[in-house]
Amino acid sequence: MAFVDSEVSGGTAADQDALSVKIVVAGGFGVGKTTFVGAVSEIEPLRTEALMTEASTSVDDLSMLPEKRTTTVAMDFGRITLADDLVLYLFGTPGQNRFWFMWDDITHGAIGAVVLVDTRRLADCFGAIDYVEQRGIPFLVALNAFDGVQEHDVEDVRDALQIGPEVPFVVTDARERESVKVVLVTLVEHAMSLIQQP
Amino acid sequence: MATSDGRRVRPYLATRGRTRPVQDIAIEALVSTTTNGRDHGADPEPERERILRLCHSPRSVAEVAAIVSTPLGVARVLVADLESENLVRVADPHAAYAGSSEPARNLSVLERVRDGLRRL
Ligand SMILES: Nc1nc2c(ncn2[C@@H]2O[C@H](COP(=O)(O)OP(=O)(O)OP(=O)(O)O)[C@@H](O)[C@H]2O)c(=O)[nH]1
Ligand SMILES: [Mg+2]
Repeated sequence: MAFVDSEVSGGTAADQDALSVKIVVAGGFGVGKTTFVGAVSEIEPLRTEALMTEASTSVDDLSMLPEKRTTTVAMDFGRITLADDLVLYLFGTPGQNRFWFMWDDITHGAIGAVVLVDTRRLADCFGAIDYVEQRGIPFLVALNAFDGVQEHDVEDVRDALQIGPEVPFVVTDARERESVKVVLVTLVEHAMSLIQQP
Repeated sequence: MATSDGRRVRPYLATRGRTRPVQDIAIEALVSTTTNGRDHGADPEPERERILRLCHSPRSVAEVAAIVSTPLGVARVLVADLESENLVRVADPHAAYAGSSEPARNLSVLERVRDGLRRL
């Protein structure tokens, strides 16, 4: 980040701001999203809540109606400072897939999504895959290594999910930093390849 | 701010002069306290005060919400109001690139992200 004379900034855009980008970590309930984020985040994963009714009501109206604040939707996220002027955030989607309004916030402008899959509960990822496919969000499928998923299981899962060969499939252990790094690099490279050959 | 019976009075209604719709602020947009914000002195609203202190080093809107313990929508309103008063700056990656390519679809940005991840 360029340190400019703070005298001149006076609260305007004189400073060179860092750029922030994000990657989404999606998948069904309990599939390891928070574990995955925590494995590479430089901070303990933080939790942000949104109000269920934010989808339909303006915030200003809501703030006058505290009795509407019944349902909150939580998402976990972490941060990785990649350079002085570049920060990557990892946002885990809410475990309950029905809160799609929150997904719009999380995915808007994202580099892409890691869809985490527990092969014992394949159907749990259908919602996430439908969502990212429909919106054209670059994604890969990461089989979380509960119960020792093997590389040779990958093509079976790809068939079961009916996902074409253009989408990367990887096996990961969400608890392992190195493994999570590889998944993220693979996703970024996939997003790059989609730009290079649109 | 609290009333005599201890109920909180919601401080989020000051909405004059915001520069954009609150919902448009990206959750990863970086908030930093401006020189004005540093010179502002203690703000009577505890949440605003916490944000002004917190963002001496830039933080995303999502971090602001999590650390100040407000729902995301409330954090957006607080940040937007502080921005309109010139007390914080909001570096929104999407707004900054409006009209050109988004950072997430910019090859040189993605290269930097990839290389940064490899170096971790
Ligand atoms: N064996 C094994 N356990 C894992 C792995 N990843 C996560 N777990 C465990 O699975 C449980 C759920 O992980 P979380 O990271 O909380 O899952 P989540 O997707 O964030 O869950 P929700 O937010 O509730 O949907 C935790 O007890 C983790 O320790 C893995 O790769 N292998
Ligand atoms: Mg979680």
